[in-house]
Amino acid sequence: MGGATETFYSVIRRQGMTRRSFHKFCSLTAASLGLGPLAASSIANALETKPRLPVIWLHGLECTCCSESFIRSAHPLIKDALLSMISLDYDDTIMAAAGHQAEAILEETRAKYRGRYVLAVEGNPPLNEGGMFCIDGGKPFVEKLRSMAEESMAIIAWGTCASWGCVQAAKPNPTGAAPIDKVITNKPIIKVPGCPPIAEVMSGLVTFITTFGKLPELDRQGRPSMFYSERIHDKCYRRSHFDAGQFVEEWDDKYARKGYCLYKMGCKGPTTYNACSALRWNGGVSFPIQSGHGCFGCSEDGFWDKGSFYDRLTTIKQFGIEENADQIGLAAAGVVGLTVAAHAAVTAVKRLTHKPDRAAHKSKPS
Amino acid sequence: MFGNDIRDRARKLFAAVDAKPTEWSIGIAISYAPVRLWHWVNAAAILMLSLTGYVIGTGTPAMSGEASGNFVFGYIRFAHFSAGYVLSIGFLLRIYWALIGNAHAMQIFWVPLWRKCLWREVYHEIRWYAFLTVEPERPVGRNRLAQLAMFFMFTQTITFMVVTGFALYGQGADTDSWQYKLFGWVFSIWPNSQDVHTWHHLGLWVIVTFALVHIYAVVREDSWRAGASL
Repeated sequence: MGGATETFYSVIRRQGMTRRSFHKFCSLTAASLGLGPLAASSIANALETKPRLPVIWLHGLECTCCSESFIRSAHPLIKDALLSMISLDYDDTIMAAAGHQAEAILEETRAKYRGRYVLAVEGNPPLNEGGMFCIDGGKPFVEKLRSMAEESMAIIAWGTCASWGCVQAAKPNPTGAAPIDKVITNKPIIKVPGCPPIAEVMSGLVTFITTFGKLPELDRQGRPSMFYSERIHDKCYRRSHFDAGQFVEEWDDKYARKGYCLYKMGCKGPTTYNACSALRWNGGVSFPIQSGHGCFGCSEDGFWDKGSFYDRLTTIKQFGIEENADQIGLAAAGVVGLTVAAHAAVTAVKRLTHKPDRAAHKSKPS
Repeated sequence: MFGNDIRDRARKLFAAVDAKPTEWSIGIAISYAPVRLWHWVNAAAILMLSLTGYVIGTGTPAMSGEASGNFVFGYIRFAHFSAGYVLSIGFLLRIYWALIGNAHAMQIFWVPLWRKCLWREVYHEIRWYAFLTVEPERPVGRNRLAQLAMFFMFTQTITFMVVTGFALYGQGADTDSWQYKLFGWVFSIWPNSQDVHTWHHLGLWVIVTFALVHIYAVVREDSWRAGASL
C-alpha cells in the first residue's frame, strides 16, 4: 500500500526519472487523451500535488480479459499507471497478499479513504439464489460489491460484463447475472464496455480521473464521451468503400482481398460505440476490421443475443422460429398479398353473379 | 386565446368526425385538396424510403473501380434521408391541417374507440368485405374499418418510423446534433442501436403490408362503383 500523501511525482523522482522525462510523459498523456496543449501542464501540476488515487479492483463473474487488456496499455505504460499514478490497494489477480491479509486491506481502505477511493469492478454479480453462483472470500460477491460500493467515490464498470451483462447474462441467464448499475443505484457509475475494453481506454480513463480529480463527461448510456461518442463506422478506414457501395460478398472473394467494406458480412460497426477504429489495439497495431473480420459489437448491450455475428439483421426469436425482420416482413406481405388476390377473385365472381342486383342500386347515391 | 380557439375547433371537429356521413360536395372537394396533395407527396416519399431503405439494409452489389470514383451507397442513403425529411415535414403539415382543416382531415389522428357506434359500423364494414352484406355504410376512406386501419397501421407506424429514423440519423450526425438531442431518448429504450435498426426494418414491412391492402381497397371500391353505374 502506498502512503496517503505520496504523489505521482515524488514516486517517479524516487525511481530515478528526470523532470524532463516527467514532462514528456505529461505531454504524451495529454495528446493521447485528445486534450489541448495547456492540459500537459495541468496534468504535471496535478501529478505533482495530488495524492495518489486509491483504487479497489473487484472481480465478479468474469474471464479476466479486462485485466489482461489493462496490463498491455502502452500510452501510458501500465507500469506507470499501476505503480505510480494510482495506488492499486486491492486486486486479487495481481496483488501479492492473499487470504485474510488481502481481505483486511478491503476493510482498511474502506475505513481510511471513506468516500475517496474508486471502486473498479470487473465482471458482474449473479443475483439468483441469493448470489450463490459467485462466492468471493467466503461470501456472495454481490454482498462484497454492495459493501465496497457504499463508501466509494465512484464506480468504474470495466468491460461489457459490468456495463451490460455480457455472456453470463445472455439468454437464458441461469445465474441471474446483472450489470453493476442494476445493483448499485446511488453512486456515479462509469461504464467502460468492450470485451475487453481497449487498454488505452482503460488507462486513459484512470489517468483522467487521477489528473483532474473528477469523473469525465458521460454520454446517455453512462460511457465516457471521449472514447465512446463515435461509432466504429464513423472512423473506420474502410468507410469510403461503404459510401462507394463496395462490399465484401464472401469471405474469400476478390473484394475481401481488396479490403472492401464488411457491411454485408454482418459488420456491426454502424451500431457499435467504441474507439477501436481510432485507437486500435495492441499499441495501435490493428483492430478487427483491419484484420479482415467485421466488428461484432462486443461493447454493445446484449450483443450475444442479437443473432449471428455475420448477419446485418437481428434474429427475432419471439416468433418461435428464428427469423430476421426481412423474412418475417416478406412472409407477412406474402400472406396479405395472397389474401388480397383471393378477395379480388371472390369480388369479381360476386360481381358477375350479382349484376342484376347491382343495377337495382344504381340510383342510390353511394 | 389562440389556444382556446384551437381547442374549441378541435372539439367541433371531433363531433363532426363522429357525425353521420354527409353528401360529397364541391366544398368538401376544395377543403380536401391539401389532403390529396399531401397524400401523393407522402406516397412518393414512402415509395422512395421503402426502396432505398431495403437496399440500405441489404447492401448493393459491388461497384467496380476506386472507392474515390464511386458514391452509390452515399447517394442511396442521401435519397433515403431526403425523402425522410419530406415525409416528416409533410406529416407535420398534415397534423397542422388536421387541426385547422375540416372534420375528415382529423380522421386518421382521432379514433373514438370507446364509442359503441364505431364498433357497430366496423362490424358492418367487416361483413361488407366478407360479402355478407350488399352496401357499405360509408364510402371507402370514410368508413370506420378504413379509419381503424389508417390509425393503427399508417399513423402509428409512420410516427414510429419518423422517431426511430431521426434517432438513427442522429447517430451518424454526431451526438451533438439536434436530431440526437431530440430523438436520442430512443436509445434509452433500446441501448443497442441494432435493435432500433431491426424495429425500423420491421416498420418497413408494416408499411408495405398496409400499402397492399390500401391500394387493393381503393381499386376495388373504384371498380365496384364503376361496375355499379354501368
